Amino acid sequence: MPEEFNLETYNADPLTEVVSDAATEAAPKTYASAVPAGDDAAESQADLSAEMKALGDAYAQALRNGAPAEIQPRLDYAPYRSSVLRHPTKDLHHADPETIELHSPAFGHMDVHALEADLTIQHGGEPLGERIVVSGRVLDGDGRPVASQLVEIWQANSAGRYIHKRDQHPAPLDPNFTGVGRCITGADGSYSFTTIKPGAYPWKNHLNAWRPAHIHFSLFGQEFTQRIVTQMYFPGDQLFPLDPIYQSIVDQDARDRLVATYNHEQTKPEWALAYNWDIVLTGSKRTWTENEALGAEGDDHE
Amino acid sequence: MSNPTKLIPTPGQTVGPFYGYALPYTKDRELLAPGSPGSIRLQGTVYDGAGHPIPDAILEIWQADADGKVPHRTGSLVRDGYTFTGFGRSAVGNTGVFTFTTVNPGPTEEGAAPFIAVAVFARGLMNRLFTRIYLPEDEAALAADPLLRSLDPERRRTLIARRDADGGLTWDIRLQGDGETVFLDFEGAGPEGASQ
Repeated sequence: MPEEFNLETYNADPLTEVVSDAATEAAPKTYASAVPAGDDAAESQADLSAEMKALGDAYAQALRNGAPAEIQPRLDYAPYRSSVLRHPTKDLHHADPETIELHSPAFGHMDVHALEADLTIQHGGEPLGERIVVSGRVLDGDGRPVASQLVEIWQANSAGRYIHKRDQHPAPLDPNFTGVGRCITGADGSYSFTTIKPGAYPWKNHLNAWRPAHIHFSLFGQEFTQRIVTQMYFPGDQLFPLDPIYQSIVDQDARDRLVATYNHEQTKPEWALAYNWDIVLTGSKRTWTENEALGAEGDDHE
Repeated sequence: MSNPTKLIPTPGQTVGPFYGYALPYTKDRELLAPGSPGSIRLQGTVYDGAGHPIPDAILEIWQADADGKVPHRTGSLVRDGYTFTGFGRSAVGNTGVFTFTTVNPGPTEEGAAPFIAVAVFARGLMNRLFTRIYLPEDEAALAADPLLRSLDPERRRTLIARRDADGGLTWDIRLQGDGETVFLDFEGAGPEGASQ
């Protein structure tokens, strides 16, 4: 096995990852220093909020002048400081998707065990926190269910801590919670995860920066052009107006599409609160067969 | 060609810094077992606008097999060692380097320029980016490729891999600045931010 291959494997291991990036989102290095000296966290929330408001006001003005609504986050959104050197400055180049891009990798039950959708049973005991069930459907832009596709999620524990060496937020790890789940969508595009409501956590974008509670979602469509990674939020979070990542979507209607709905009808008595969140991928670019359009493309491609 | 879109897509969000215990999986970057017949190494480095390697990016590739056939096989997450699924995922290391073991994709249509489809995710990158890695050999096919033909020579170069002496491919990503990689919008032209 080539040496560099071993190195890459080593680097990919989250438990041994060594990070050299100075401008990290990791929390303070020591428990004692909430505000490390010389850190770029010296900027205040008021500074950041003013920047975000200016961008929001400019967008509102553009809308009034007839500009189209923006439905995706801005790649160039300076209040999220880490984006400054990480966004393309040239416009995305229009391309007609070609053969491979009009199909998607196939995933099935040989890839994902049914129990991976329950994040509360991965260890010897019950994780601490508020047990929730998050469910919904994955649809394409034409309203067709995205059947038999992979959904991956990851999240902080109830105290707002990730199992990741870079997360040094001085909140407790939960030995009974890893915070990773997977499932394969049903024929109707449905998914459901049982988990724990994640806590908010601090990050060093600026002084006193806290992320609203969220669950990361990774989704595949029936075409590679539909691939998306996003975050689901919880309704009514007071951190929404303060968060540059949520605010990087400047359109309120578009932001709202990332917020789950509480569903009391589906809430399980004496057991778990229920949230619903549907995900819409972009529209299909290829001509569908009737079976595919009906969601009959099974996961059994072997 | 595309159907009229009836629903508005859910916005993307950054993959963040903490995907490391969620998205990587065993043999995620081995579309073929390293060293197996026909396998090549595909490697490169992801750079930011200051020319520094990014230590927290993750790439996915999706490609046809050596005969140009689009795979429809499950098993990318639990590799059985012989089924070619066409999908791989590689988080970069702390030097920004990603590595895959795969095959040279064949042309999916007669005369088409073979390429590997790529999705790029990173902390600080608000939404995933799509791009392509073209094989460098078939110059006639490259010259006829609709996407490459629409690009200036300087930009076109960013999508074509270099063939290494050992048969592998090297292809770097520059998210910003000099030699900025061409990233693709499949949804049609639109204002920045509203596009994909």
